[in-house]
Amino acid sequence: MATQHSRSVARLMMAPAVVLLLGWMLVPLTMTLYFSFKKYLPLRGGDLGWVGFDNYVRFVSSSSFWPAVQATLVIVGGVLAITVVLGILLAMLLDQPMWGQGVVRILVIAPFFVMPTVSALVWKNMFMDPINGLLAHLWRFFGAEPVSWLSEASMTSIVMIVSWQWLPFATLILLTAIQSLDSEQLEAAEMDGAPPLKRFYHIILPHLGRAITIVILIQTIFLLSIFAEIFVTTGGAFGTRTLTYLIFQRVLEGQNVGLGSAGGVYAIILANIVAIFLMRIVGKNLDA
Amino acid sequence: MGRIQLKSVTKSFGDVQVIPPLDLTIEDGEFTVFVGPSGCGKSTLLRLIAGLEDITSGHIEIDGTDATDVPPAKRGLAMVFQSYALYPHMSVRKNIAFPLRMAKLEQAEIDKRVEGAASVLNLADYLDRRPGQLSGGQRQRVAIGRAIVREPAAFLFDEPLSNLDAALRVGMRLEISELHERLATTMIYVTHDQVEAMTMADKIVVLQAGVIEQVGSPLELYRTPRNLFVAGFIGSPKMNFIEGAEAKKYDAHTIGIRPEHLAVSETEGEWSGVVSVSEHLGSDTFFHVQETGLAETITVRADGEVGFRHGDRIHLTPRADVIHRFDAKGLRIE
Repeated sequence: MATQHSRSVARLMMAPAVVLLLGWMLVPLTMTLYFSFKKYLPLRGGDLGWVGFDNYVRFVSSSSFWPAVQATLVIVGGVLAITVVLGILLAMLLDQPMWGQGVVRILVIAPFFVMPTVSALVWKNMFMDPINGLLAHLWRFFGAEPVSWLSEASMTSIVMIVSWQWLPFATLILLTAIQSLDSEQLEAAEMDGAPPLKRFYHIILPHLGRAITIVILIQTIFLLSIFAEIFVTTGGAFGTRTLTYLIFQRVLEGQNVGLGSAGGVYAIILANIVAIFLMRIVGKNLDA
Repeated sequence: MGRIQLKSVTKSFGDVQVIPPLDLTIEDGEFTVFVGPSGCGKSTLLRLIAGLEDITSGHIEIDGTDATDVPPAKRGLAMVFQSYALYPHMSVRKNIAFPLRMAKLEQAEIDKRVEGAASVLNLADYLDRRPGQLSGGQRQRVAIGRAIVREPAAFLFDEPLSNLDAALRVGMRLEISELHERLATTMIYVTHDQVEAMTMADKIVVLQAGVIEQVGSPLELYRTPRNLFVAGFIGSPKMNFIEGAEAKKYDAHTIGIRPEHLAVSETEGEWSGVVSVSEHLGSDTFFHVQETGLAETITVRADGEVGFRHGDRIHLTPRADVIHRFDAKGLRIE
């Protein structure tokens, strides 16, 4: 089928897409690398020439670097743990036959359609506001002192907000995986004398292995770069400054494009380290 | 021990009663086959016995004790599923050992029983493979292995051979029969294939729409079917039914004659017709005879060497002693 001719035509036809995608990736990457070796202060003199690895050294030696890395990893780890665990539970719940199944499933997916800025604002003003938020009212109803979520439990709050956004994604993927489980396997395990918890552990969980892997890998990619949720809630204060947010501050608040670009390169390295670890831990589930 | 008794058991899904009150006793050590067309409730009946479905009313007794409310795991029954239901992420060894691990047996005992089952079923070389790497027949054997290590009171088979190709099916049929001879445990086997039922069963239960049409040994059902349904279902090719004037001669509403009980002749016979299709199997030849004036098509089994062809006029003579007579309600007239 694939003759010499059809193959070269195929290449020709794919070329625009490939070139566009390559450009899309290469141009920003090259510019980041380019600026990272320059002292470039847009409002304080502009391009001030090459500085070698100066930006890289300054970015790492800043006192906010390691806390930012830590904050990034805590958010990614926390959200992953919450979404995977709750996602599995919700998926199993939604898999049960019930009245109004279709509507309930759409409702569960709904948070995913709310844009991050809006959902963060809703959480900040309607739930977590220490005076008039729903949670404050709930606390007072039980006679407790309302928590000022975003300042006292800032990291928890951010993890909660982001988890709320990503839970539908995890639930959806895991639900489709659970639905593909052959019910005869569960019945066989039941006949074999496995009580419900053991059926979950020995049959359902291994069956979900691949879906969990996909959830973890995809979410990690997006969670490493969360920004809006932090911007509209804490603004990076109270220990919620992630690496992404630190770069934003260096470039826009500090007006130091070179330093920010160096941070961007570190972010790429961090993302790759995380990716390598993830592939080592969960990637083998994707084989077979 | 494995004597199973169903006492006026019924099952309804919502408003639909799929099993009207049903009584049945399965004796210890018996190989019982539930057979019937698809949708007749035979699998549902098996699942009721297994405990995978709750019965709507009635009682199930296993070895004389009421098991109606006993959960499936505690009934001491093992089941082999149509899809085999092997655990895909576990090796064959772990699959077979799973019920023993759930029963918290000692590792040494587990190993002993798994090795035992593997050697009985010729699986010793495959113990460390995953189910996905096995052929259909091997998977079937793993599923049986997982059932026998538990040493259950009875085995339940839910159409276990329907996913296998014809040659394997014949082989596995023999293996299951041999297994039954060796273990002498009660086995209940569900199938829609009357050949499996005839060849394997000690006792066949013919079901239609949840109702037991007849219970008996294979030959009893073959010789004295209680009604038209059983007569038509048991035996291959199907029994010929003739109504009208010809049946009146025998004082019946319908008469039935099996293809193998018709003598074929080129020149003379009681009935005559034209061959429409002849199927040569080597050992036998089946003729589909039309234009007999008795029924649309009459099937005849003749010797393999009889060589009539399409369009030939042939003559048929039924063996008078094996003509089955049925009344207007379809019940057998003795």
